[in-house]
Amino acid sequence: MGKRTIIPFGPQHPVLPEPIHLDLVLEDETVVEAIPSIGYIHRGLEKLCEIKDFNQMVYVVERICGICSFGHGWGAVASMEGAMGVQVPERAEYLRTILHELGRVHSHLLWLGLLADGFGFESLFNHCWRIRETVLDLFEKNTGGRVVFSICKVGGMRKDISNENLKEMQEVMNGLKAEIKEVTDVFINDASVKNRMTGVGVLTKEEAEELCAVGPMARASGVPQDIRMTDNHGVYGKLGFEPVLEEAGDCMARTVVRIREVFQSIDLISKAIDQIPDGPVDMKVPNKIEGEYITRMEQPRGEAFYYVKGGGTKFLKRMRVRTPTNMNIPAMVKTLAGADLADVPMLVLTIDPCISCTER
Amino acid sequence: MSERVFVEQNFETVDLSQLIAKVGDMKAGGYRLGQICGVVLDDDTYEIIYTFDKGHQLYNLRLDIKIGEEVESITGIYWPAFIYENEIHDLFGVQFNHSALDYQGKFFKISEETPWKPKK
Repeated sequence: MGKRTIIPFGPQHPVLPEPIHLDLVLEDETVVEAIPSIGYIHRGLEKLCEIKDFNQMVYVVERICGICSFGHGWGAVASMEGAMGVQVPERAEYLRTILHELGRVHSHLLWLGLLADGFGFESLFNHCWRIRETVLDLFEKNTGGRVVFSICKVGGMRKDISNENLKEMQEVMNGLKAEIKEVTDVFINDASVKNRMTGVGVLTKEEAEELCAVGPMARASGVPQDIRMTDNHGVYGKLGFEPVLEEAGDCMARTVVRIREVFQSIDLISKAIDQIPDGPVDMKVPNKIEGEYITRMEQPRGEAFYYVKGGGTKFLKRMRVRTPTNMNIPAMVKTLAGADLADVPMLVLTIDPCISCTER
Repeated sequence: MSERVFVEQNFETVDLSQLIAKVGDMKAGGYRLGQICGVVLDDDTYEIIYTFDKGHQLYNLRLDIKIGEEVESITGIYWPAFIYENEIHDLFGVQFNHSALDYQGKFFKISEETPWKPKK
C-alpha cells in the first residue's frame, strides 16, 4: 500500500454550484475512498409545517429547489390530494405533466451547460444556457415565473393556460429540437469530450441496484426505473411513456440519457398538448388533512418521495421530502473509489447533484 | 375528472426486535430501499418509516420507539441507509447502533442540536 493522502474536495469548488464536501483518500493519483459530508445549507424547510398550513407548505416545498421547483410543488400537492382522496380535473393533470416536462428540459439543459463548463468547453456551456433561456421564457409567459411558479395548488392549478398558448409552446419546443441536436451532438461526438467521459466512473447495473441509485444515474446503468412508468403520476400512461435506458454506466452514458430525455420530454409535451381536454383546472378541496400518504415524482434527477401526515387540522404533523440526490450520493461514492483524481469533478457532476434539494 | 390511481399505501408495523430480520427479508425479496423518515408522534414517541420499492410498488415498515431507545442500523443490509440514519440522528436524536458509516452527529451542520426532538 502506497502512502495515503487526504485531499478535501469542496464545499467550494468550481464544479459545485452548491456546497458538498468530500474527503478524498488518495494513493498517488488514485482515489481509494471518498467520504461525503453535507449539511452546509440545511434550512429546516420541512419543520415549517408546524407554522405554515398545508396550502402555504406548497409554496415552501416549491422553494426547496430553483431547478425542479414545479416538480416539488406537484409532489407536495399530490401527496396532500392523496391523503384527501381527491381526484383533480383531467386538464389540470395534463397541465402539470406539460410543465413538469418543460422543467425537465430546462434542468437537463442547465446541467449540460454545467458539465461543459466543468470540462472547460465554455462555448458549449453558453449555447446550452442560451437555448434554456427560451424554455424559461415559456415558463414566464405561461406561469408568470422563471424559477418558482406557484401555479400548482391542492385541487388543481391556480390558473389555466389557454389552448393558443399551448399551441405556441408546442411550436417553440418542436422548433428548438434542431438547435438542441446541433449542441448535444458535440457532447456525443467531440473527441475531447469523449476522452473525458467514455469509460470513466462506470457503475454497473448490479451496483446501481445494490446502491439503490435513481433517475438518469440508474437508467444509464440499464436499470429500468422511472416513476413515470407508473399509472399514478400525471398522464404519462396516456402518452405512451417508455424510459430512456443506456447500458455502459459511465459518465458518457449518464450524459446520453439526459440528452435523449430532453428530446423525449419535448415529444411528451407535444403529445400532451395534442390530447389535452377542455374543462376546469381547479376544484374545491377540504380545508383539513387527515391520515398519511406517500407518493413519488420522477424529478429530472430521479425519484423523489413526498410524505405527508395530517392531524385533522389545516396544519400537517409531518411533511417529508426525500430528493434524488439523497439516494445517488452512495452511488457517487462507489464510482469515486478507484477513479483518477482528475476525473473526480466529472464523476461528481454526472450524478447531477442538487444539494439544495438534499438539504431541504 | 382524471383517472388518477392512488398509490397503494402498504404499511406493516414492526418492533425493535423484528426490524433487522424484516429488513433482511425485504432485501432477500429483491426490494430496493426508497427512504427512511422520522416522525414525532408525541412527546415520548417517534415513528421511523422504512420505505422499500419493488417493481414500482411501495412497502413501508413502521417502527415506533420511545425517545431514548436505540435502534439497530440497517446499513449492514442496505449500505445507502447511512444517509437517512445519520440525518435522523442529527435532526431527531435517535441513536443507530453498529452503523457502517456513523458521522457521530457531524452529518448536518446545524445551529441547533436535534431540532425535531420534542422539547419537554
